[in-house]
Amino acid sequence: MTERDDDRSIVKRAEEFLQAFKKGAEFTQELLKENERLRFQLLELKESLRGPEKSYPSDSQDPEKDHLRRKVRDLEQERVEILDRIRQVEKENLDFANRYVEIEAENNKLANLYIASYQLHSTLDFREVLQIIMEIIINLIGGEEFGILLLDEKAKKLQAVASEGIATGDFPIVPMGKGIIGQAAQTGENYFIEEIAGYSRELSRPMVCIPLKIKEQVIGVIVIYKLLVQKDHFAEVDYELFTLLAGHAATAIFSSKLYSESERKLSTMQGFIELLTK
Amino acid sequence: MSAKNFKLLIVEDSPTMRQLIVFALKRVREFTIVEASDGVDGLKKIAGNRFDLILTDINMPIMDGLKLVSLVRNDPANKDVPIIIITTEGAQEDRERAMALGANEYLTKPIQPTRVLEAVKRLLKV
Repeated sequence: MTERDDDRSIVKRAEEFLQAFKKGAEFTQELLKENERLRFQLLELKESLRGPEKSYPSDSQDPEKDHLRRKVRDLEQERVEILDRIRQVEKENLDFANRYVEIEAENNKLANLYIASYQLHSTLDFREVLQIIMEIIINLIGGEEFGILLLDEKAKKLQAVASEGIATGDFPIVPMGKGIIGQAAQTGENYFIEEIAGYSRELSRPMVCIPLKIKEQVIGVIVIYKLLVQKDHFAEVDYELFTLLAGHAATAIFSSKLYSESERKLSTMQGFIELLTK
Repeated sequence: MSAKNFKLLIVEDSPTMRQLIVFALKRVREFTIVEASDGVDGLKKIAGNRFDLILTDINMPIMDGLKLVSLVRNDPANKDVPIIIITTEGAQEDRERAMALGANEYLTKPIQPTRVLEAVKRLLKV
């Protein structure tokens, strides 16, 4: 064997030794970890055995049976507590569900009111405002036969300017304070009949009469004589819509009339100016 | 709720009513809403688009809702599109007539947004 062969053999053995040493080190580390894990488990077991003994005194010869009985008692109590908690959560869920339905209804009501007021103030054209009021009465309230009467300030009389289901010309001209319509216009109070079912149409006796008010000044009234066949009673939202109509519809009518008048005056003035400057 | 987007057409001559329906349906993000002011306008929009559901009124100028329903049902491309009628006509015979023409749902005014939304969701299976 040559010197070179000897060297190779030494290197090879050294490498083998290093490999063996590394494996040994890894094995030792694993053993240490395992040892740590087992110590932890042992501690846990000791704790679990010691725990119940502290709170529950032994009542038989067999500690294992005692332990199991206590465990069963604890579990039963836990079960009762869980069932109570479930009942409580179910009650809370029901409350939340009811609240959700209420909020949903409120949300729908607000949406209706918002759209009605938005539409009413979306134009300054008098005819268009009347049309929007009629759309609201049909689509949101469910009116089938109704009219819009406006007050002639000089004559102190109410006269129909728009209607649905009844010809506008058929409406009576109502003096302020006379009959149900005149009274509602004078007092500014909404009027509703007691029972919709027994009502029969009479133009001087509407089923609903809503004064159109700007602050306390009445500028007209909305009178309803018939509701859609599928609408047999007034809903809560209807009263809110009537209140909204009383204010917003009146403002919209008033603004549009004022605007039309000012437009007319403006065009007259422009006509004069053109005439003078020519 | 499915992530699929749905395209809905509302055919209604009353702007107030249209706005109310749009308001009710816009709660569902997946809905894209197109508006038409009468039956003819609705047909024009149907011709250029593919809708998943149509809501229509009956009483409208130029072309009423029932005519629109029958035209949609006779169109092979749209014969299966669900149609909801929202109308003031509450009589049973009106309902039967509309359903016989091919409407899938018949809702009466005054409008209840919850009922509209429920019907739309049911028909679109969302």
